[in-house]
Amino acid sequence: MKAVILFHSTNHAIWAEDELKSNNIVCKMISVPRHLSSDCGYCVQIDTEDKEKATDILNTNKIEFEKIETL
Amino acid sequence: MLKDRTHGGVIYFDNAATSFPKPQCVTDAVIRYMTQIGANPGRSGHKMAIEAGQIVYKTRKSIATLFGLRNPMHVIFTSNATEALNLAIKGVLEKGDHAVTSSMEHNSTIRPLHEMEKDGTISLSIIQADKTGILDPQKIRRAITTKTKAIIINHASNVIGCIQPIREIGKICRESGIIFIVDCAQSAGVVPIDIDRDNIDILAFAGHKGLYGPTGTGGMVISDGFDFKRIKPLKYGGTGSFSDKIEQPDFLPDRFESGTLNVAGLNGLLAGSKYIQKREGGIERILEHKTELQNYFIQKAETFVKDFYCYSSSQLPSTSVIAFKINSYSVSETTQILSDRYGIMSRQGLHCSPLAHKTIGTFPEGTLRFGFSIFNKKEEIDLAVQALKSVSEGKRT
Ligand SMILES: Cc1ncc(COP(=O)(O)O)c(C=O)c1O
Repeated sequence: MKAVILFHSTNHAIWAEDELKSNNIVCKMISVPRHLSSDCGYCVQIDTEDKEKATDILNTNKIEFEKIETL
Repeated sequence: MLKDRTHGGVIYFDNAATSFPKPQCVTDAVIRYMTQIGANPGRSGHKMAIEAGQIVYKTRKSIATLFGLRNPMHVIFTSNATEALNLAIKGVLEKGDHAVTSSMEHNSTIRPLHEMEKDGTISLSIIQADKTGILDPQKIRRAITTKTKAIIINHASNVIGCIQPIREIGKICRESGIIFIVDCAQSAGVVPIDIDRDNIDILAFAGHKGLYGPTGTGGMVISDGFDFKRIKPLKYGGTGSFSDKIEQPDFLPDRFESGTLNVAGLNGLLAGSKYIQKREGGIERILEHKTELQNYFIQKAETFVKDFYCYSSSQLPSTSVIAFKINSYSVSETTQILSDRYGIMSRQGLHCSPLAHKTIGTFPEGTLRFGFSIFNKKEEIDLAVQALKSVSEGKRT
């Protein structure tokens, strides 16, 4: 199962991708799925089981995100 | 067809204005964006937009690394150092504040400050540097009042290449709770800078000089610990974030980055920034190399060129920005002869710094200026000295 992390700003989405990858979390930048609306055009897709670890990494780096949604 | 000058044919010594040639990787990076990526970074969700966004992010990260900054979002891109200085100065200073600056400033600092003083917003103290262009931190300390909000200092002179003791001045700022803004237009990529250790709150840099990026690049860097909400934006507008709201976003970098960025330029800046950071010996070696070139030039010119007078010191580390003249010639005449007869590009006049020229005693005529880059060679300096020698001995036309 996959989850997506939504951000307010594309700047933060790309920053998050970089930090997650350097912490060995498999992730991918994708367009925001149609049923979720976000102003920022893209979001970061991760495996659902990495949700907690990813949240920790974002919080540690003070990367602001809007929400995490399981797909 | 215009001639390609990147592989010689001219001697380019106007690197203090903007560096030339750029490393090939910089040109390639600009072309790569223009031909393969193309999209707007912060707006749409397609693949090309994501790639454009990644370019901007990588550039932020590379600049953050260069200045020892942890959070890449604290790098704000602007179109040049002037815009970054205006953003910092006008963003920080408010009605009733006092600011301290120096007699070595570029007009990009002194003009916004002077304007704010003239319209009654702030009061301003301009600290006089000595004849060698160096500031005494204690003089700065003595200028501080209870109303002093910010001290704004040019790190390396665009007129004579001298380097200010910013760490010491920054320490005074830290002790007094004053915001320290540093103009690193000439020093970024040339003098090692650590935003924390050097006690800097906000710095401005140009991407197109010592970082070898294209013109139209530059930025403001805010130290990790500084409360960026103390800086008001200069521009308001589209950021691609919170588009449902008519308020400007209050987080970094969106708070300060309205409008589409110069992504072609930033990809070039990324290549340039990586290029100099990967060079053997790093920035320390670049400074050494430049100091060597400067001393070599001064020594040769003093030996061979009649009536040669140099304002830059060969005793101190320097960014190799050298102010000089041939006393029997006007500086504009000399520059023109160098360009037309010898293909040597230099800059004459006041270099946007009337107060600095007053400080070294060369106002209003100004001086000639050579600024060397990492690509300049001693052989080019030899040719220039030969040319100056001929000029100094020749008949006036
Ligand atoms: C010391 C100094 N400050 C500011 C600037 C302005 O830089 P820019 O042309 O990138 O706005 C320059 C360059 O001309 C400079 O030498």
